[in-house]
Amino acid sequence: MPSDATMSLDRETLIQASYLVTAALFILGLKRMSSPVTARSGILWAGSGMLVATVVSFLYPGMTNYELILAAIVVGGGLAWWSGKRVAMTDMPQMIALYNGMGGGAAAAIAAVELYRGESQGYATSTLAVVGGLIGSVSFSGSAIAFGKLQGLITRSIRFSGQQVFNLLLLALALVLGALVAFGFGATAPVITAFFALALLLGLTMTLPIGGADMPVVISLYNALTGLAVAFEGFVLNNAAMIIAGTVVGSAGTLLTQLMAKAMNRSVGNVLFSGFGDTGAAPTGEVSGSLKPIEASDVGVMMAFASKVIIVPGYGMAVAQAQHKIWELCQLLLDRGVTVKFAIHPVAGRMPGHMNVLLAEAGVPYDLISDLDEINSEFETADAALIIGANDVVNPVARNDKSSPIYGMPILNADKAKNVIVIKRGKGAGFSGIENALFYLDNTRMLYGDAQKAGAELIQAIKAVG
Amino acid sequence: MTGIVALYIFMLAAFTGYEVISRVPVILHTPLMSGSNFVHGIVLVGAMVALGGAHTPLEKTIGFIGVLLAAGNAVGGYVVTERMLEMFKSSGARGKPTQKGAH
Repeated sequence: MPSDATMSLDRETLIQASYLVTAALFILGLKRMSSPVTARSGILWAGSGMLVATVVSFLYPGMTNYELILAAIVVGGGLAWWSGKRVAMTDMPQMIALYNGMGGGAAAAIAAVELYRGESQGYATSTLAVVGGLIGSVSFSGSAIAFGKLQGLITRSIRFSGQQVFNLLLLALALVLGALVAFGFGATAPVITAFFALALLLGLTMTLPIGGADMPVVISLYNALTGLAVAFEGFVLNNAAMIIAGTVVGSAGTLLTQLMAKAMNRSVGNVLFSGFGDTGAAPTGEVSGSLKPIEASDVGVMMAFASKVIIVPGYGMAVAQAQHKIWELCQLLLDRGVTVKFAIHPVAGRMPGHMNVLLAEAGVPYDLISDLDEINSEFETADAALIIGANDVVNPVARNDKSSPIYGMPILNADKAKNVIVIKRGKGAGFSGIENALFYLDNTRMLYGDAQKAGAELIQAIKAVG
Repeated sequence: MTGIVALYIFMLAAFTGYEVISRVPVILHTPLMSGSNFVHGIVLVGAMVALGGAHTPLEKTIGFIGVLLAAGNAVGGYVVTERMLEMFKSSGARGKPTQKGAH
């Protein structure tokens, strides 16, 4: 019979070895997720890593409260499973925000348990616990606001003068309290509680003024912050799996946030501190010319005899649930030998890549989908560009009108196509409130109507061509 | 694990995360963000340890909330990432829209 000491030593070795495997599976999984061919297997790899780590963590020597742990996993996991299976693809960004906030909250909870217990393991450890707790709390309450905004529960962006000074004061106060806690001068329960309350409040006041259009960048940023908070709490608990996974997400998430902000022609600092994003700048720039309507039957003929058609989908298409009709249309054209491609602007949909998910849901193969850099030179050779529910991302004023609020934003060069067809519900301006010069060009025709209905009419028209 | 070793792990993991993501196409940004969101669900094991070592009712309550939230992060993150990625198909599988989306 081995003694208790060697038993727990063996267990310790088993746990650490399993965490090593988990960390490797996470990194390989993320790597596989960065290519469409292997992405599906990537999440399975990462998932099995998580399973290994969770099961093995029950073996920690000296653990108690097994019933509570199991109950919490079943309830929390069950609710998340249920909601994750039900959520519509269009609502994906806010669900990611919600789950991310939960992770931040969990990191903050670990910090709280360690700090309330008060068995100090040195200043370095308690400082890390405090910093991780602060970041996790901000991510928790901030993500909750992001969820509320995208879900339409919070429609107003609350702003008041001196808001940034107020936020800075909150942060300073939280840091002072945090320092008191970390260095043991005032590590009493009320001070710890006040610290966490301030941190949670900071997450709220930081996120409330940010507009809905900027939320994807914010969610991505909070994702990176949660990773960092997890890594810090990993230091506190001496847990290598948490340190590695948290840090990998922290740095990957920071990079992803920068890529997204760049795609939206915004800087991260701009998003956080300027309070734009849904202000809707006053319409500027008079556009000359007229809107020229066209019938679906004419468009059908044009596309049926084209050699190359590029489709530019926007969020409007997804809202109208028209992606299935559009794919059906696409297949008819492909069967006739027409080259069809989808051109995706980085901010089509609610966040970069969201439109790809929505098209994939309809069954569109990813190799027909091109992003801005790949497709922009191809518009010149396209017989027709079909714009569905997209507006600002094809507005040529972004290229040539310095006074326009969207000046400098990279756009899809749909105006270079021989014919431009715009499917649009009515004559209103886009999300930003800016008139779209594309709609008034000589080679542009407007096909008015709901995207779903227009898609069905086009399908009929192409079938009629025979 | 000594402090300096922990710092080495931190630094190497940071470079790894940067390298893994740096050449990812835009089309995968949303699933990848969701995937990395799942990966920090590893906070679950820390929350389990925290609750496993909790004694007072306050510690147990906070620990319980921690495990609850962490399990939500891990499971929810997995489910939505998997749902998104299983839809990505190449032209070889053309013409078969997923049933879930067909409403």
